[in-house]
This record gives sequence, C-alpha cells and structure tokens, in this order.
Amino acid sequence: MIVAERKPLAEIIEMVQDCKKILVLACRGCVTVCSAGGEREAEILASLIRLGLKKAGKSAEVFDASLVRQCDKEYIDAIDQFKGQYDAIVSTACGVGVNFIANLRPKDNVFPALNTTFFGGSAEQGIWTEQCAGCGDCVLHLTGGLCPVARCAKSLMNGPCGGSVNGRCEINSEVDCVWQMIYDRMGCLQRQEEMTASAPIRDWSTSRHGGPRKQVREDLTV
Amino acid sequence: MSFTPDIRLFSCHYTSQQSCADEGHELQQLNFPENIKMTRVVCTGKLEETTLLKAFEDGADGVYVVGCPADGCHNVKGSQRAAKRVEAVRSALGELGVEKERAKMFFLPRGLHPEFVGAAQEMNKLVTELGPSPF
Repeated sequence: MIVAERKPLAEIIEMVQDCKKILVLACRGCVTVCSAGGEREAEILASLIRLGLKKAGKSAEVFDASLVRQCDKEYIDAIDQFKGQYDAIVSTACGVGVNFIANLRPKDNVFPALNTTFFGGSAEQGIWTEQCAGCGDCVLHLTGGLCPVARCAKSLMNGPCGGSVNGRCEINSEVDCVWQMIYDRMGCLQRQEEMTASAPIRDWSTSRHGGPRKQVREDLTV
Repeated sequence: MSFTPDIRLFSCHYTSQQSCADEGHELQQLNFPENIKMTRVVCTGKLEETTLLKAFEDGADGVYVVGCPADGCHNVKGSQRAAKRVEAVRSALGELGVEKERAKMFFLPRGLHPEFVGAAQEMNKLVTELGPSPF
C-alpha cells in the first residue's frame, strides 16, 4: 500500500487560513489502512483545523467527508455532491489523490494534508516499512523476493557493499542490510550459487529517471 | 480576576462507580469540584480522539480521562488505548501552541477511593492556573 503521515498542523492551517468553507476529504483506500487519511483521521483533522483557526482568530466552516478512493475519476466525480459547500478541499489522500482532484477539478483549491512517504507494508500494529520503490523493472525473482532497490540505501544491484557490518547497514545500525538478508535467504533456498553472477548495469529509464510514467492496457481501454 | 474553568471528565464505568454512591451526593461531600462535568463511558478504550477534541471545541478549558490501572483494565487494554488517544490530543495541542497539560490521563483503581476526587482537584488546580482555553 501507499504509506503516508499527516503534515504538521501549522503547515495545514497556514494553507487554509483564508478559507471560509473547508472540506476535509478522506480516502478509504491505502491511507485508511495506514491510519493516516481515512474517515477517522479526516474527522480528527477537521476538528483540529477548527480549533487552530479559532485560536488564530479566524472562523470557517469545516466539515469532513470521504470518497471510496481519490485515484479514480469515477470516485472523484462524487465531489460534486458537495458543490457550493466548500471553497477549498483538504485531501487526506496520498499525493495521487491530490493530483487527481487537481487534474479533474481545475477551479477547485486542493491542499495536501499528508506527506506521502513510501510503498510499504505493516510490519506490526503501528509500524510500516518500505518494501518497494516502484522502479518499473522488478528484480525480485533474482533476489529471493527481497528488494535491493527499495531496501538497500544505495539501491545496489550487486551487494552487499563494504558498509554492511554484522547484517546491518552503515547508514544506521538499526537498519538491516538487505543484501545480507538476500544472501541468507538464497542460502535457505539453496540458491546461493546464483549470487556469483554479476548483475549487469541497470537501465533506470523505467524508474523516475525516465520522467513521469504512463501505463496503457489496450485490452482494458474502451 | 477569578476564573472557574470548564473541565470535562470522561471516566470509565468502573472507575467512576463512586459517582453513583448516595445518589451522587457523596462526591459533592468529598469536595469533588462542581465545575467538572463527568461523562461515564463503558470503557475508556471506547473514547475517540474526536470526542476529546469536541469537548475543547465546545468550550472546555481542560479535558481529562480516568481509566482503570494500565495493568488491570476490566477490558484488558481499554485504558492503555485511552492513554494513547489522550497522548495524541496532547501532541496536537502542542502543535497548535496550546499547553499539553490541558489534556491528561489518570489510571485509578475501581470503586470507592479518594484518588478519584484527588485527580479532579489536581486537574482543577492545574487548569485554573493555566487560565482560559485559547480556543
């Protein structure tokens, strides 16, 4: 899922300080699962915005609502039900949701309530870890299912580097060296021989280096 | 200038049993501050952050929660969950430039006990010293 966290309140309140009618719009997708921007968090944020503006001597109507997702045109259309009730939307979706509203509602002010942090999973309750970088050319079949692009600080294709000490990364002793993990896992799978092969120089054009990416599925377009 | 704070208490059903004694008169006799409005909940773990924030929106100068001892909650982890939510509200108050002390969590034993009144008096003194809410 996409993992995110709320921006500092001062930053959010500064965005909406001159607004009179504010819609705090939750997303029931990934950000609900990571407890950053679901209905509960939007309700809390709406309350905090009201309190923050009141403290600053400003008054505004702040209400909250939610969409099934903010990353599909069909769901964005549901914003129309609030037409005339807001002069700004504070989206608690990930950056994709904010972009979609901006794309599809050219006359609407939309502000991000969250910092979108990474693609990850829930390691345990309340803890999320980055697992994927969305680089567009997956090598997981070569690395025992563990991603060196997202989980190695240097995104090395032939690791570990000299900074790996006792299974930990040199950037932080609490960070596992993913190449050590790959080595150990390949051993468990009796595939350690595969690690003697050198990965070729990587073409990063499928990643962000090639600019904004687009995917077209002819079988699905109508 | 004298100031009588508006304080809201959300208390666990079990911890606040004292409030029922003698049809509620016992608390008054024990000098439970009259300016504290108590809401009893089935379990403090049921409280949402929005409930506590709403109290501030409605004019509270201070909000506190009284739940079971952290290691002896009737519902196992209810008061621990409440403490997390109170802490989230305290953190948000801090972000808004407001004294975190205006929200507080107390863990108290169930039934009749003087600490329940003591916590109320402590909160009343604290919020009185802080003055009116800036909201």
